[in-house]
Amino acid sequence: MLWNTLLLSLRAIRRNLMRSFLTVLGIVIGVAAVVIMVTLGNGATRSVSDQISSMGSNLLMVMPGQRFGPGSDAAPSFKSADIDAIKSQISSAEWVAPVAGKSVTTVYQSRNWPTMVSGTSNDYFHAGNWEIASGRMFAEGEERGGKAVCVMGETVRKKLFGGQNPVGCEIRVKDFSCEVVGVLKPKGQSGMGSDQDDSIVMPLKTVQRRLTGNQDVSRFSISVRKGASVDAATRQLTLLLRERRKISDSEEDDFRVMDTRQIAQTLTSTTKILTMLLSAVAAVSLLVGGIGIMNIMLVSVTERTREIGIRLAIGALEREVLLQFLIEAVVLAGMGGLAGIALATGASVALAHAMNIPYLFDLKINLLSFLFSAAIGVVFGFFPARRAAGLNPIDALRHE
Amino acid sequence: MSGSPLIRLSGVTKSYGRGHAEFQALKGIDLDIFSGDFVAVMGPSGSGKSTTMNILGCLDTPTSGSYQFQGVHVEQLERNQRALLRRHYLGFVFQGFNLLARTTALENVELPLIYRGEPAAARHQAARAALEQVGLKGWESHTPAELSGGQQQRVAIARAIVTRPEVLLADEPTGNLDTRTSHEIMELITSLNAKLGITVLMVTHEQDVASYARRVVHFVDGVVESDLRNGEGY
Ligand SMILES: Nc1ncnc2c1ncn2[C@@H]1O[C@H](COP(=O)(O)OP(=O)(O)OP(=O)(O)O)[C@@H](O)[C@H]1O
Ligand SMILES: [Mg+2]
Repeated sequence: MLWNTLLLSLRAIRRNLMRSFLTVLGIVIGVAAVVIMVTLGNGATRSVSDQISSMGSNLLMVMPGQRFGPGSDAAPSFKSADIDAIKSQISSAEWVAPVAGKSVTTVYQSRNWPTMVSGTSNDYFHAGNWEIASGRMFAEGEERGGKAVCVMGETVRKKLFGGQNPVGCEIRVKDFSCEVVGVLKPKGQSGMGSDQDDSIVMPLKTVQRRLTGNQDVSRFSISVRKGASVDAATRQLTLLLRERRKISDSEEDDFRVMDTRQIAQTLTSTTKILTMLLSAVAAVSLLVGGIGIMNIMLVSVTERTREIGIRLAIGALEREVLLQFLIEAVVLAGMGGLAGIALATGASVALAHAMNIPYLFDLKINLLSFLFSAAIGVVFGFFPARRAAGLNPIDALRHE
Repeated sequence: MSGSPLIRLSGVTKSYGRGHAEFQALKGIDLDIFSGDFVAVMGPSGSGKSTTMNILGCLDTPTSGSYQFQGVHVEQLERNQRALLRRHYLGFVFQGFNLLARTTALENVELPLIYRGEPAAARHQAARAALEQVGLKGWESHTPAELSGGQQQRVAIARAIVTRPEVLLADEPTGNLDTRTSHEIMELITSLNAKLGITVLMVTHEQDVASYARRVVHFVDGVVESDLRNGEGY
């Protein structure tokens, strides 16, 4: 009986190709949307947390102003003199890197590339977990004398030098020429889409003298010694800077000290909200797919009721008819679910590649959306049939 | 006629609707049909012929009265047992064909055999033979939409006889056919009745179709008005 019923189901699917196709399509769209959204959301979250862990777990970022991001409220910048004060008074600070940033256009022969210059010290490489791929860091005299030398990020190297090794070459930055002494190992794109390798690094003095024209330091990256308390370092640093910036007890900080953990929390909670939002949109499309299926089923219910009447009239048992419709619904929903997952996998891999985020297979969401779509198919395919199969054959045949 | 009848209707009524709208389509039908008989049912439109056929075919249930099939009270059987009765004993030709849409003639005719659990090869062979008997050789792979009304009618007849049922119930089997094809179909039904002993009940409006039968039952307004053996005269 099972075999015959399977045969009947497959015949019914083939006989109603258009209806079957639309049902499958509804499920494919729903499943694919959910799986793609969630997979990409997961990838983005992972990419952000990867980027943060590449910064090191014990990094403090110090910025003027109260909000996260540069150029916030009109709080004064830090000064070069703050560097030595921090180095000498915060004992748990292992590396203290001041950063003065400026966007510039770099030129090598006929090629040019707009990028960011970070004026800093060798501490910058240590604190930020940067490794030198070729060449070297700054020599002591270069830092002290503010020499025109730079260490280049991989993206800038590719844009200006293509396949060549730039160490020893001279590039033009604004109105001076600058020797490339080293190239950084690439870190890749950050979760927010900014390219960490798209920058060049120069000694702080060089940037201050030749590019910004003042003694300002726009931020600090400070790494805390292994084993020392990050929270204690944050407190000490805050006290020191309040004192140096002459903030009275009643006033708020006009700067902000953040540790990696906090940054990570801010960023991952943002991507999580984004993922949730995308998933909600996707869930709506799954629902729309479901409603589409319901529509198709309702439109065909008259014809199917008559079909059930015919089958009952020529001697089918109620349970045989029901089993046929159940198999039909399961086959269609299953095909739709599998096709949806296949489509989602292909699209997610391609999109993740294009967006430069990792592709992470999420078994749970694949299973969940598959089961949900199967349930929709079965509910809408099976329950109208159950009603019809309970009728007197003659009433099913007369249905209009 | 001797022995107990194959089919016995006693006091069968059928009402549609309720309250004010209630309409009694059958007002007490008593009818005995013996195995091997060939009965034509006639009567004006709306007199209850199809209603009676549906009850005999176990497609509908009487409001009151009893229907015995080989001595078994059909009105007391449950759904599945009635389905099995349809499957194994009855072949039904509907007034409106009732073929599966977008399904080939062959598959339509095969359908009752599938529910009987016949193996595929036997099924195909029997279905082809039945289609050939109704003169549709070469039309096996056509769907109802690609067949004329008369051809659909013949597919419906093939589907009803392919199982070699005990009883063939046909509601105006020649209603859509021209005179020539009507007579071919009547020859076929007559030979099924004569050679295989299939009991035939057939609704018709046409006197010359009815003349193939051995017995003519006349319905008027939900009751049997006359019940005559052919040749006994009117
Ligand atoms: N489902 C129904 N609901 C209400 N009334 C019905 C229903 N089916 C049949 N009737 C009524 O019962 C009466 C008998 O109908 P039936 O179909 O048996 O007539 P008939 O003798 O077969 O007529 P025809 O020769 O036109 O086919 C008709 O008056 C019809 O209106
Ligand atoms: Mg009728």
